[in-house]
Formats: sequence, structure tokens, C-alpha cells
Amino acid sequence: MSATSDRPREPAHASDDDNVRDGPVERLARWTDDRLRLAESSKKYLRKAFPAHWSFLIGEVALFSLVILILTGVFLTLFYVPSSRQVVYDGPYAPLAGQTISVAYDSVLELSFEVRAGLLMRQIHHWAALIFVAAIVVHMLRVFFTGAFRKPRELNWVIGVALLLLAFGAGFTGYSLPDDLLSGTGLRIGYSALLSIPFVGPLIGFIGIGGEFPGEDVLGRLHILHVMVLPAGLIGLVTAHMVILIRQRHTQKPSRKATNTNVVGEPLFPNQTMTSASLFAFTAAITALLGGLFEINPVWIYGPYEPFQVFAPAQPDWYMGWLEGLLRLWPAWEFTIFGVTIASAFIPGVVIPGLLFAIVFAWPWIEVRFITHDVGEHHLLQRPRDVPMRTAAGVAGITFLLVIFVAGSNDVIAADVATGLQTITNILRAAAILLPPLTGWIAYRIASGLETGPAVGGRPAAGSPQ
Amino acid sequence: MSNPTPDGTTVDELQRQREREDRAARRAAVAFLVAIVAGLALVGVYVAGGQTQLEGTLLFVALGSIGIGLGIWVRVIVGSQEVIEERPLMSAQPERRQEFVGQYEQSMGEAMSGGRRRFLLRLLAGAGASLGLALLLPFRSLGPGPQQELFTTPWREGVRLVTRDGTPIKAADIIPDQVITVFPEGATHAADAQTVLVGLRPDISTQLEHETVDDMVAYSKICTHAGCPVGLYRARVGELLCPCHQSTFGVYRGAEVLSGPAGRPLPQLPIGTDDEGFLIALSDYPTPVGPTFWNLTQDEA
Repeated sequence: MSATSDRPREPAHASDDDNVRDGPVERLARWTDDRLRLAESSKKYLRKAFPAHWSFLIGEVALFSLVILILTGVFLTLFYVPSSRQVVYDGPYAPLAGQTISVAYDSVLELSFEVRAGLLMRQIHHWAALIFVAAIVVHMLRVFFTGAFRKPRELNWVIGVALLLLAFGAGFTGYSLPDDLLSGTGLRIGYSALLSIPFVGPLIGFIGIGGEFPGEDVLGRLHILHVMVLPAGLIGLVTAHMVILIRQRHTQKPSRKATNTNVVGEPLFPNQTMTSASLFAFTAAITALLGGLFEINPVWIYGPYEPFQVFAPAQPDWYMGWLEGLLRLWPAWEFTIFGVTIASAFIPGVVIPGLLFAIVFAWPWIEVRFITHDVGEHHLLQRPRDVPMRTAAGVAGITFLLVIFVAGSNDVIAADVATGLQTITNILRAAAILLPPLTGWIAYRIASGLETGPAVGGRPAAGSPQ
Repeated sequence: MSNPTPDGTTVDELQRQREREDRAARRAAVAFLVAIVAGLALVGVYVAGGQTQLEGTLLFVALGSIGIGLGIWVRVIVGSQEVIEERPLMSAQPERRQEFVGQYEQSMGEAMSGGRRRFLLRLLAGAGASLGLALLLPFRSLGPGPQQELFTTPWREGVRLVTRDGTPIKAADIIPDQVITVFPEGATHAADAQTVLVGLRPDISTQLEHETVDDMVAYSKICTHAGCPVGLYRARVGELLCPCHQSTFGVYRGAEVLSGPAGRPLPQLPIGTDDEGFLIALSDYPTPVGPTFWNLTQDEA
């Protein structure tokens, strides 16, 4: 789709050092244009319209977090050594002096205590990872509740969900690398979930870590996944995500000016570019402040991983909390049919997460099939009230995830409110079953009430022609 | 770079606008100056040996000031600009699609009937699939398949129970309600052999699966749910508790699951004493230890 010119180009009669009175912008423009012929298409692309709304910036926060993760990650990987070989600790952290630890754990301690700016980089990296996943999730909620995933954007929805999965994978492999007591425990649980898969579980588990747990190879493999395979996937899919976005152009909120066949917004240059640059600086600033002042994942306190040791209470990073909660809430149902034992960890650890993600992946099609029957092309955003069933499904889903997320800390809650753990667990079990339909129903009622009510703020009521 | 002047703007309004932009430019300049100072200070801190909190704060100030400066610049000096673009619908060109399909039909071999081409395409897909399968196999090289590892541990008849540092244990060393982690002698690093030895109170009756020495019992320390070490012992109620997902196992009742998500008891290690009075295993664990897997009950395999 490159712009074509209907007149022949003038030969480049001006050499680079002509016109010394030209300003730097002119000189730069001439230099690049003489070589790449950019000015023509720049005129078009630099004035590309970006609809301005704060909620469109959340995805950018995710993108910028990824940039920060890559920059800090490159630094970290120069110091990290993925080896489970045992050495005696002789660094400056006194409580561990003389203890036998793995080379991997030792390298993280050295990075944290002896490498200048090392701890800052490590903590920025970890905080940026938490913000990365959070921004993806919030961005996804925005897209979901405004119907921005509808045709023609189903593909970008699927890529987005795949990005979330990759982010989970990157997070999990990342915090498993230091080989501390918490990360080793997380790895043990993940391995056990794999092991529970009928027929192929033990094979996958053994191939995955090169033998029986804990194995010798696991750190090296996690490292390659974390610094090469998963980032390549993330960068590739982010690129696809953005190419498709540019191709399809941005969605926008309907208004008197904004219709399904135009894009109303601020120009890519200078407004959007400068706004994004500013947002990048703010995102980086926040991660720097968090990384500098707020301790995260202090692996020296946890101690080295020993398969027979554990500490309580142990919680994973926030985005893994829902999985942890599912494992805690699911009852001890274990049974054998035709000689195949279904482990109690299989359904909450593998089946339910798989089903949830399958539904999320397929949502654009599920919605068309069962709710809207709308196969039209949409570039205007909806309000949550416009499709009450979608809003209800979303609210119910969020409620379920929140309940099982809370369940991931059931021991902490029980300790805090001095109630029996079993009582807390039973309450949360009931909540996980009863609350989603309830909140979904309430959301449905509110949405349909608003939908039939008068149009607010000069916006056309749902269903009326734009 | 200034905003377009709407018709009828008075000189006064223009003047005010210019003053507004001047003020904004001054504020942006201050922000960038702060960023310069913070950046230089960061260099100083690094050269002086580094200090995490100071580094983070200075980085925050430098980046935040750049963000503020850019923000002021774009909001006030550049000002809001509006562009309206036409949006061609994605699905608006059915005739182009037809053209493409026609071209495809033609270029892929006009002489071939639809059936023959479909046949060839299917064969090609089959070739791709079989090659893909073959290319997946190298993943198999990443590890040995499970043989007997999940069914066995290093425990054998006559192997002494030792602590992590290798010290053998006598029955008299264990007092009621005491809990220690033990390993097979010579295999203290075997993760699947970790065993918890619990001193029992003689006044409480027990229901155990296997033979044991008076007033103590040995169970696998690996939770049968998700493999965490069953690290906590609540002596008052005689329960081993897994801190990961809170499964509890009744020590006096063969480690049966009392609550929580675990699906089966912790396997019990049959123990006895040797001639010198040290505790020994009487065999390996009779059932597989650790988290449940699908062919767990096919022990004889």
C-alpha cells in the first residue's frame, strides 16, 4: 500500500552539503529522503489519526513494560549462571556464610549484593514483570467490555490472549531461575500438575526436566526458555499485534464526528508520539521507584532450594494466584477408572485452566454464535450496557477468578481472622460456585436497565442508527 | 507549531495564548533541567559505589521529569490537534477477492480438474504432517522416559535411617511428638526418599498399614497432592500439614487425608531396628511416593 507518485522524481540535484543555511530538521529530512524516499509517505503516516482516550494507553503500558523487561533482562542474563552445581557461599551476606548452595543461587546473590546497580536492575525487572501482566489484563478487560474484539479484530484478540499466556510462561520461568526455596516450590507444584496428566504426564514431565524431579538440567532449560524462546514469541506476537492494529486502524468511541467509516483522533506526529514517549518515561519512572525502594522477591531470606524444605505461608506472584487458589479449593477427588488414576491435582491444575483459556480464546466466536448473532464489521466501541449478556459473562468470569485468587491465600486469611482454615475454604468453595452467577445476574440487570433508559451525554442509545 | 487561530480571535486572546505557551515552555524547561541534574547525580552515585534506594529514586526523578516535560510540551505547546481519516472497511472489496480467487485457480494449473488438484494438495498436507511428526521426535531426546523411577525410591531392606548430615538414629533418640526428616544412608540427596519420622504418644492408639518400631512411625515427606514437603506437624492433634495447599494427614491413622486437596495417604515406610539398635527400613515404600500419576496403581508394571 505504498503511496505512488504520478510524476517522475526530480533528480537529486542538491548535494548534502548544499544550502548550509538549512536547519537540522531540513538537513535530516533531505538526507533520509534522498536515500529512502520517505517524505512522500511520511506526510500520510505522520498524520495518521489516533483516537485519544486514556483507556487506549493501557496496552502501551504493557508494551513499554516489555521494553523495560528486555533492557533489564539483558543486563541480568550477563550475570546469571544456570547451574545447579553446589558451591559453598563465601559472599558478603552473613546469614548464608558457609552454606552449600547452587551456583545459580550464588550468582543471584552476587548480582544482588556485589554487582553495582545489580539489585536495582533485578528489582526493576521483577516489578516490570508484575506491571506487564497487570497491564495486559487491564487492556484485555477494556477490549472485552467495549466489544473491541469483534470482527474484524478477532485475530488480534487471539494474539492478545496468546501474549498473556506467554507472559505467564515468562513470569513463571523467570521467578523459577534463582533456585531459592520459594521458586523451587513453585516449580515442584508445576511439575506435579504436569505429572497428573493421564497417559502422557510422566513422559512430558521427564522430558521437560530431563528425568525425575528435581533433575540436573531444569535450570538450564528454564533459562533458555526465559531469555530466548519466550521473549522471541513475545516480540514476534507483539509485532503481529501492532501490524494488524495499524492495518485495521484503531477503534473509537462513537460520537457526532466518529463513525464506523472514519477515524477521528490526534495525529501520530507530534501528538501521539510525544504522548507515548511521555508515557514510556512515566512507566519506566514508576518501575525505577518500585525497584529502588520496594523490596521484591528477597531470595536471600528464603534460602536455597532444598527439596525437603518449605516455608509457610508461600504465595506465588500475583498472576499465578488463581491457579494456586484452584489447587487449594478443589476437593480431594481422586479415582481410578479402567486402571487410569485421575489425580486430585489434574482437574484444577490442568483441565479447568485449559477450559478457561479455551473459552477466552474463542470468545469472539462464542459471542457471535450464542449472544449477538452479529457478523458485521465494527470499528465503533460499545458500552458495557450495550450487550448485557457479554457484560454479565465478563463480570461472572472476573468474580470467579477473584474468588479463586483470594483462595490462593486461604491460609493467610485464616491466620488473620483467626478462623479455621477449613471454614474459610468451604466459604470460598461456596463463593466460587454461587458468586459468579449472582454478580453476573446483577451486572445483567444493571446493563439492561441502563440500556433501555434514556441516552446519556448526547450519545445515541444502543441500536439506534449512528 | 502553534494552534490555528480561530476566526475573530482578538489580539488580547492571542497575547494570552502566547503567555500560556511561554509559561508552559518554562515549566517544561525546568522539568528537563531536573532530569539533567538527576541523570548526572545518578552517574555520581554509581561512581561513588552505588546505592540501590538512591539509584532508584534518581532514576525515578530523571525519567519522571522527562515524562512531565514531554507531557507539558505535547498538551500545552503542541496543543490538541484533530485529524479525521477515512476508514475503508476491511470487507468492502468482494470483487478484488473474486479476482484473487480466479487468479489462483488459473495459476495453480488450469489443466488439472478440481479433484486432481485436491488430491495433490491432500498428499502434500500428508507429507507435511508426517515430516512434522518426525521433526517433533528430537524433543524426545531431552530426557529419559519414566521407567521405574516414580515407583521406587532408594529405600531398601536393612538401609539405615539417617539425618541429612548422615547420622544414624536409635529408637531412643526420638521422643513423643518429635519430628525429624530422615534419608536412606548413602542417599541423603535423594529428593524422592525424604521421609518424616514422627515420635508417637504411647497413650494414643494407632491404625497403621505396615510394621513399625514402638512409638514412632515413618511416612514419605512428599505430599501426594502437588509434591511439596509435608513440613509442618501439629502435635496436639497428630496432623502433618502441607503448607502449600493445606492438606492434612492423620499421623495416628496411617497418614490418611483428614482435610485438604490431597487424594491419598502419605505412603508409610516399614521400619525396624538392626542389631546395633539403629533404625532401618524393612523395604522400599510399598506404594509410590509423591504426587499421584495415572498408572500409579499398576505397580507391577
